[in-house]
Amino acid sequence: MGQRIRIKAPRAGSRALTADTLLALILGLPILAGLAGVILPAFGYLPALGGSGLKRDHFAELASQPHILRSSLTGLLAGLATTGAAVAIVGTFLAGFAGTPVFSRIQHLVSPLLAVPHAAAAFALAFLVAPSGFLVRLVSPELTGFTRPPQWLVPNDPLGLSMVAGLITKEVPFLFLIALAALPQLPLRQSRQLTAALGYGRLGGFLVSLWPALYRQIRLAVFAVLVYSVSVVDLAIILGPQLPATLPVRIAQWTADHDLGARFLASAAALLQLAIVLAAVVIWLLVERLGRFALARLTYSGRRLRNDAVPRFVSACAMAACAALIFLGIAILCIWSVAGLWPFPNDLPAELTPQTWLRTLPQLWPALQTTIALALAAAALALLSAILLLHHNGASGRGGNGPRYRLLYLPLLLPEISFVFGLQILIVSAGLKPAFASVLAVHFLFVLPYVLLSLSAPWRELDRRFENIAAGFGKPSLQILLTVRLPLLLRACLTAFAVGFSVSISLYLPTLLIGAGRLTTIATEAVALSSGGDRRVIGVYALVQASLPFLAFLIASLGPQLLFRNRRAMRT
Amino acid sequence: MLDIAETRPLTLADVTIRLAGRTLLAVSATVMPGEVLTIMGPSGSGKSALLAFAGGFLDPAFDASGRLLIGKGDLTVVPANRRHAGILFQDPLLFPHLSVGGNIVFAIPPAVRGREARRALAERALDEVGLAGFFDRDPETLSGGQKARVALQRVLVSAPHFLLLDEPFSKLDAALRQQMRELVFSRAKAAGLPALLVTHDSADAEAAGGRVIEIGGEEKP
Repeated sequence: MGQRIRIKAPRAGSRALTADTLLALILGLPILAGLAGVILPAFGYLPALGGSGLKRDHFAELASQPHILRSSLTGLLAGLATTGAAVAIVGTFLAGFAGTPVFSRIQHLVSPLLAVPHAAAAFALAFLVAPSGFLVRLVSPELTGFTRPPQWLVPNDPLGLSMVAGLITKEVPFLFLIALAALPQLPLRQSRQLTAALGYGRLGGFLVSLWPALYRQIRLAVFAVLVYSVSVVDLAIILGPQLPATLPVRIAQWTADHDLGARFLASAAALLQLAIVLAAVVIWLLVERLGRFALARLTYSGRRLRNDAVPRFVSACAMAACAALIFLGIAILCIWSVAGLWPFPNDLPAELTPQTWLRTLPQLWPALQTTIALALAAAALALLSAILLLHHNGASGRGGNGPRYRLLYLPLLLPEISFVFGLQILIVSAGLKPAFASVLAVHFLFVLPYVLLSLSAPWRELDRRFENIAAGFGKPSLQILLTVRLPLLLRACLTAFAVGFSVSISLYLPTLLIGAGRLTTIATEAVALSSGGDRRVIGVYALVQASLPFLAFLIASLGPQLLFRNRRAMRT
Repeated sequence: MLDIAETRPLTLADVTIRLAGRTLLAVSATVMPGEVLTIMGPSGSGKSALLAFAGGFLDPAFDASGRLLIGKGDLTVVPANRRHAGILFQDPLLFPHLSVGGNIVFAIPPAVRGREARRALAERALDEVGLAGFFDRDPETLSGGQKARVALQRVLVSAPHFLLLDEPFSKLDAALRQQMRELVFSRAKAAGLPALLVTHDSADAEAAGGRVIEIGGEEKP
């Protein structure tokens, strides 16, 4: 009896490792392959197109493109401005209002924005602020005296301000929801009482006591915002500067060039874009360092910053404005889609007609089918993978979520245009035709991180004792997963599915590049329409695109209600 | 109720549980069939960790040594779902997605075959604790005492080899608590099951009427 046996969960460590390795492979391999697919042609190596030597000509060609520096810098600066503004707005708002009634009201207003696809949001904004848009009409001719639309370069202003505004309306909700998930882990009430007792204003108190911890939690998401904003394509086509457009937009144009030789140029440019993203990251790291320094000075100075009413008010207004702009814009899209004659400067159309819908729906139908099929398949695959990965890891106990959590951001921390274009080149070189399966695979790559992020918190929070009890009954682990955990997490699974569905609906660039024009979705069609400028048709496409995610979330919220009609605890 | 083929004593042989190098508790005891061994200790003393150890779901953060035996069978490295541990927690934890009867049917061993037979067994189990006709009810609509009784019957129909009781009365109000204590202990005795009870309430220990091992807090001279 004296013999002692040490009991350690024998395979726990190795199991967790395998799941993480698996995830690293799923996400990492295509990214590495994609990067290789860009780097080699950039230096002239692409046997499929007759490039076999290594040379630097393509970079020289890139450098000789008109306004290439300007294109590069606008994208870089717009991305940095977006990230700075989004962090400032979300941070100030959280600091000033967390735990107040205003907070929850604005939270409800802003959360649905996350589901609005970038392209649809961009059109919504464009229809508002354009010279012939709703806002100008509203005050014309009474205040402005305009009887015809002014010749303003809005929304495609050369400085990219409207693009930054559009990006902010989309990135603020994203950062806000990420921060919201991190908030419960902070001692919000205690710090607030403590700092208030010391005489700090709300903002100052939050900044000094909680901000560093909160920022650490949302840091990866901030970098994802930065990378996305610096390399955005769809929103930049609609709202961004033209002649020259930002570099990512120009790359997208080169990749679609009929002259296949332009692929070499595009590859070189995609590498340049990677360097620009790196530069943006380095600049942001410097900004972080400066911020830390300033915060340390502030903390050390003991200044209480009691008069913070103005910045607090501004942050709340900015949050509300994001929501107001998009929702108002969507309403305008609705009106345009049924507008008959609508001359400037009338506020509303003279007559409403279903004509545009009747005309557009038949031509929109095939793209809609592809869109929905892609989104359903990608979301289902991602949900299944997420469940398997979480189940695999869950078996090793509570476990930390550190490295895995960081891994998830991998596809979000690299510019899409760089590695997805590389994948396209690889697929073409391998002699594969663009097809549903390859587009689906790329969608899966972008959908999986969001589905996993959405599902992992509820997965961790489910009371493990339910499973302990079931294990006591002798149920095998797979049966416990299927009969206990998944039914209890039905709502979370459906939400994660809807998140994945929405991400797939809004994917523009991966669909465009891998589908190579053979596979069109609502996203690619809508963005392609933006140059044509038929507002009524754009209204229809943007509305259809924006309503798909909402339908998904609606079904996700109704599912538990219907399936568990007689189970009160499952419906809330 | 299922016939328990054989009841065997539960043995904790030199069980020591540590957290971050600190020894939380060390227990050595044999619990005879029908006996309740009470482990008393304040919260944070590791008594729930002891139950998790016995149930086979101890968090890897803990470091455990020693052995767990049922009869002569060594359960120490047997996975949770082959241990036949009947567990009652502070909360009834009825599965919210199943009906009251569904909760019980879920626990009945697969050896009982046939829909009708399984349902009949569940109906009988409900009947035994005064819940006849509750089969199709939503567990959420039950009172606290009713839920506790369903949870008890759910454990008993699963034909466990031993019971693990994790302060199962602490969340019931005073009158109900006494009632449930009597019910749980009498049924455990009737089924001839060895039971391990962890609690910080000495009234639980008194009602259990078995040996008491105190852990944590001040060392007794």
